[in-house]
Amino acid sequence: MNIHEYQAKELFDRFGVPSPKGKVASTPKEAFDAAKWLGVNHLVVKAQVHAGGRGKGTFKNGFKGGVHLVESPAAARDVATQMLGGVLVTKQTGEAGRLVRKVMIAESVSITRELYLAILLDRQSCQPVIIVSTEGGMDIEEVAAKTPEKMLREFVNPLAGLQAYQVRKICQALGLQTTARQFGRMLHALYKLFIECDCSMVEINPVVVTTDDHVYALDAKFNFDDSALYRHPEIAAMRDRDEEDPREVAAAAHDLNYIGLDGNIACLVNGAGLAMATMDIIKHHGGDPANFLDVGGGASKDQVAAAFNIILGDPNVKGIFINIFGGIMDCNIVAEGVVAAARETGLALPLVVRLEGNNVEAGKATLAASGLNIVTADGMDDGARKIVAAVS
Amino acid sequence: MSILIDENTKVLVQGITGGFGGRHAKLSLEYGTNIVGGVTPTKGGQMFENTVPIFDTVSEAVKETGATASVIFVPPAFAADAILEAADAGVELIVCITEGIPVMDMMRVKAMLTGSRSRLVGPNCPGIVTPGRGEKSHGGCRIGIAPGYIHKRGNVGVVSRSGTLTYEAVWQLTQLGYGQSTCVGIGGDPINGTSHLDVIRMFNEDPETEAIILIGEIGGIAEVEAARWAKDHCKKPIAGFIAGATAPPGRRMGHAGAIVGGEEDTAQAKKLILAECGIAVAETPGVMAKTLLDLWGK
Repeated sequence: MNIHEYQAKELFDRFGVPSPKGKVASTPKEAFDAAKWLGVNHLVVKAQVHAGGRGKGTFKNGFKGGVHLVESPAAARDVATQMLGGVLVTKQTGEAGRLVRKVMIAESVSITRELYLAILLDRQSCQPVIIVSTEGGMDIEEVAAKTPEKMLREFVNPLAGLQAYQVRKICQALGLQTTARQFGRMLHALYKLFIECDCSMVEINPVVVTTDDHVYALDAKFNFDDSALYRHPEIAAMRDRDEEDPREVAAAAHDLNYIGLDGNIACLVNGAGLAMATMDIIKHHGGDPANFLDVGGGASKDQVAAAFNIILGDPNVKGIFINIFGGIMDCNIVAEGVVAAARETGLALPLVVRLEGNNVEAGKATLAASGLNIVTADGMDDGARKIVAAVS
Repeated sequence: MSILIDENTKVLVQGITGGFGGRHAKLSLEYGTNIVGGVTPTKGGQMFENTVPIFDTVSEAVKETGATASVIFVPPAFAADAILEAADAGVELIVCITEGIPVMDMMRVKAMLTGSRSRLVGPNCPGIVTPGRGEKSHGGCRIGIAPGYIHKRGNVGVVSRSGTLTYEAVWQLTQLGYGQSTCVGIGGDPINGTSHLDVIRMFNEDPETEAIILIGEIGGIAEVEAARWAKDHCKKPIAGFIAGATAPPGRRMGHAGAIVGGEEDTAQAKKLILAECGIAVAETPGVMAKTLLDLWGK
């Protein structure tokens, strides 16, 4: 799960990670009031969407840039008027762009250095790793590729936690002197936040050192472990469904795991591994998968019907491939569910079903006897070939 | 021989009174698995299916039954505690089926198990099957949630992250007349107890295992690590498959661990390295067994 910048700031405030003073606004009036409340002349107005590259983005109404420097509350209000309700297109949003519902008004600081700081979970060592670089404000993947010597990785033993010597080592690598103590406090606070909030990643790019020797987190990207949200209701409440694919939101409500893609062959599969493999096999035989969809261990009639509705909501879909390995569940029950769901939704698209496993013969007979235009397949390759042929 | 478990392995079920755990404990009993006890705190003294005693703690269950393996079905919030309890009781093999354990919990569990004599398989895995010699492989040891009847006792070892892809591979082998020594599902989470490499090493040492199917997916480099080791050390033919060639970068494909983060954990990169290491990579998941048999000269 991701959150907005203003929500990240709330977490920073709670854990003591310093960031410039700021406030979120949903209307131009609120933006004006927020700017007045800040009481400074150097302000920044930032569009709040879950996508990077905001500064270089363009609004569909022609307004340029999702991040603006302004000098007065009136100017903040004017910029907010342009942004709010506008659709911002950045290199990460795709052509559709994102509707801006909120802006953040913050104090603009005068910067002498930009650093990079992230904490994430390292899969190989099964430990948190702190990554820092002197090259903040840049695309960090590029820094890693071109100048790997400018990156430092420090692993933390999860049972012992972050040690003082590690912080000193990091400050030295970043060449921090007068601001080392401030940066160290920020790092300890951020590590505490990372662990206590069950983050899978937190990235601050950049951490800035100001002309008056302050250290601030200027932007933040968070990723939370979805499996741990049950113990963080205050973070779960930060979820912004408006920023998510509505089809994925609908799928989650039915315990389905759905991810929309660009192709035209929808698939419905039990098991995550098999669902990925089914997308691959469609591609292998010359087709293009429209989605990843895992119905989990079972495939009840209600789930299949819900899945059909989600799949059919995608106008690109020209055919459906159902691939079920019914190890323990009864294939005939799956078949009955498919037939019922196809009837209920009035399915008109080509449907290829590959069933294997427990009571498979009865399942195939149910599909054949339905009178519906359902093609059965013998094996995954056969099914993939048949659905690709049907849509082309 | 087989690896990790055989028909004599004494198995405990943690979470035996839950709906999911109970259902699969019953299926394992019917398969012939030697389930000697269940553990559910506060339900000690009761019986499961009139045959299996239930205990309050794992240490009591181990003491009373001599169990050396335990399978965990407890809900995600309590699963880390259940794993550590089993390790504390000296259980040699802990198989955790539970899906959705917070990663931070698993990170601590992994650190605490370092140096322990317990081996953890999973979490978020289908478990382990060593097929029996009876009809539909009856009489074997089934720990977890895999369908027993698709197996056949034989000489192919199977290791995979995914449940349903394991069943596909096993079923393909069985249909073609080739049985399995042991099938191990290591789970789809980013942090797991046993890696592809750990299992490949065991198959390499096991006299009954003559050939291996290794199934992986996008995310992490566990499959690559196993392949590089196998290139220099494994004497047995290996066929492989990597799922997720069409997965978009940065998206989690169902499994918490199935996410493309960089250039090296894509399906394409992994397939290339597997092939360089002498592993026959199946073109589609429909031909995993056939790919192995071709390499094996069968």
